[in-house]
Amino acid sequence: MTAAAIEPSRGEAARDDRVAHRPLAARLLSRPEVGSLIGAIVIFALFMAVAPPFRNVANVGTILYGASTIGIMAVPVALLMIGGEFDLSAGVAVTTSGLSASLLAWNFGLNVWVGILLALVVSVAVGAFNGWLLFKTGLPSFLVTLATFFILQGVNLGVTRLLTGNVATADITDMDGFHSAHTMFGSEVTVGPVTLKITVLYWVVLTLVAAYVLLRTRVGNWIFAVGGDAAAARAVGVPVKATKIGLFMAVGFCAWLSGMHLLFQFNTVQSGEGVGKEFIFIIAAVIGGCLLTGGYGSVVGASIGALIFGMTQLGINYAGWNPDWFKTFLGVMLLLATIVNVYVKKKADLR
Amino acid sequence: MVRTSRISLVAAGALTALALAACSSSGGKQSTSGGTANAGNAGTPKMTVALITHAAPGDTFWDLVRKGAEAAAKKDNVDLQYQSDPDGANQANLVQSAIDKKVDGIAVTLAKPDAMKANVMKAVQGGIPVVALNGGIDAWKSMGVLGYFGQDEKIAGEAAGERLTKDGAKKALCVIQEQGHVGLEARCDGVKTTFPNTEKIYVTGTDMPSVQAAITSKLQQDPSIDHVLTLGAPFALTAIKSVKDANSSAKVVTFDTNKDLVTAIKNGQVDWAVDQQPYLQGYLAVDSLWLYKTNGNMLGGGQATLTGPAFIDKTNVAAVEKFAGNGTR
Repeated sequence: MTAAAIEPSRGEAARDDRVAHRPLAARLLSRPEVGSLIGAIVIFALFMAVAPPFRNVANVGTILYGASTIGIMAVPVALLMIGGEFDLSAGVAVTTSGLSASLLAWNFGLNVWVGILLALVVSVAVGAFNGWLLFKTGLPSFLVTLATFFILQGVNLGVTRLLTGNVATADITDMDGFHSAHTMFGSEVTVGPVTLKITVLYWVVLTLVAAYVLLRTRVGNWIFAVGGDAAAARAVGVPVKATKIGLFMAVGFCAWLSGMHLLFQFNTVQSGEGVGKEFIFIIAAVIGGCLLTGGYGSVVGASIGALIFGMTQLGINYAGWNPDWFKTFLGVMLLLATIVNVYVKKKADLR
Repeated sequence: MVRTSRISLVAAGALTALALAACSSSGGKQSTSGGTANAGNAGTPKMTVALITHAAPGDTFWDLVRKGAEAAAKKDNVDLQYQSDPDGANQANLVQSAIDKKVDGIAVTLAKPDAMKANVMKAVQGGIPVVALNGGIDAWKSMGVLGYFGQDEKIAGEAAGERLTKDGAKKALCVIQEQGHVGLEARCDGVKTTFPNTEKIYVTGTDMPSVQAAITSKLQQDPSIDHVLTLGAPFALTAIKSVKDANSSAKVVTFDTNKDLVTAIKNGQVDWAVDQQPYLQGYLAVDSLWLYKTNGNMLGGGQATLTGPAFIDKTNVAAVEKFAGNGTR
């Protein structure tokens, strides 16, 4: 009996479904970002049908801008989520970065670029602090970064008021280096009828770099490994601590990039801004196929998630729907996009 | 030891050189000379006043209210305790904590009157003088509050609507930065009564890039909009960028001011602003409590003391600019 039972299973080993060649369509459809891509196409088609200004090519720039300000942060947040952690301080950290650059330059009469570099140090340090705290305390990142979220909120307000006597930064447009910095972080280029803000460029570059790192390098494997099972990853020699702290620092870097855009696009930064944005970044990552449990996901998907968010937000305006229901429309659209996403993934996994 | 000190010397020298090169030749923090007028002390015993507002953290409007209150507190020998919370229930708790601390007076905003009513009445019944400011013009009397300093948002909105009509506007966009805020809705409704072709749009006030994109998209969707009316100074400054992005010729007008907005009016980027004089609201609230405590006086004769609406435009901006530079207008 036993021998007979083993015999056929040996014969099947050659056709082990773990190494079987799956059809190309199924392999494509089971990529984490495909669901979000189809969601994006559905949302796109919907607004193309109902909102005439949505069809105007010149307005593409506005939509891409809306998406890029989310996407720049959604990309590192997605990486972090694949690595198994959350960062609830990501939204406020953007404000902290903008405030740091402006306040340091203004208060000490520095060249604006010095303020920008100091802000980079501050932002990356905040990320490193999050990561360090995570390992020092052993608490879930949800709690640790929630604490940072509150700390930064208070610091943003307190320090701004202490230095300027107001709750927004002072005007730095007349300081050395402002104009070159504005070109770097707040300029725009016109391609045919479309005016593109520079954030769109940063967003695309970030997405490509992050996708390459995640899928084609050893670091990318580490990220998947620490998110999937940190203990197992450590056992096979993956530097778990360095990887996770590095991911938090990547979020810090992107917060800096966003913060600089905030500062140089609007010239001043309000110290209360950014609260609530952390969830939008996480939502974009989840729409893009990241699992809340870590170990699975895609940065391209997160960028598509940001695009869905941008299209929905502005599409509702373009469609001219009753603004009282704006948030409801937004919620329903996001739910639809996510359901399509899950449905497609399930179908593909079954094949 | 010698070696390390030499290295640190070189490092210090390099740092100094770097620091010098890093300095900006223009702008930055100016050393304040004189500062705000110091009118001296009222010579009355110290009293404690709690100023409790519904301000969201980081809103420039409330800087002005607070500065007015601080100026009055300084003159009147008042220990001012400023607190704020945008959530109605939390703000009511702050009133309770002021009662617990046995303060000598409470100045409170009543933007969410129903949430505030119980605790404000508790303070009044406990013998603590209470004045209201900024919000709650329809509600303060029934709570036994001594006086009210602010503007009637509906009247202010109507005044803005009349001004739009006078300017020959065709269609206005009223930008609300906080969905469900009674005062902001009242402003837009007021505008609508005197200028019916007004459309509302809701934006997320704590997220400037999305405010900019939202206004831009609305202007692209409806090119007939020729006036963008924002309900706070920072949003007006963002709306200027949206108008440019959308290649629209719409004019930007606004409620409330701050330093940068005054400059924008001067430069012609913003046509006018409805000013409710927040500094005055804070100042009068604290000063009236002091007057009541020391001499039994009360402003307003049982009616609301209106601090607005007043218009700031190109014709009178020069006078305001001087004070805006101090951060008090």
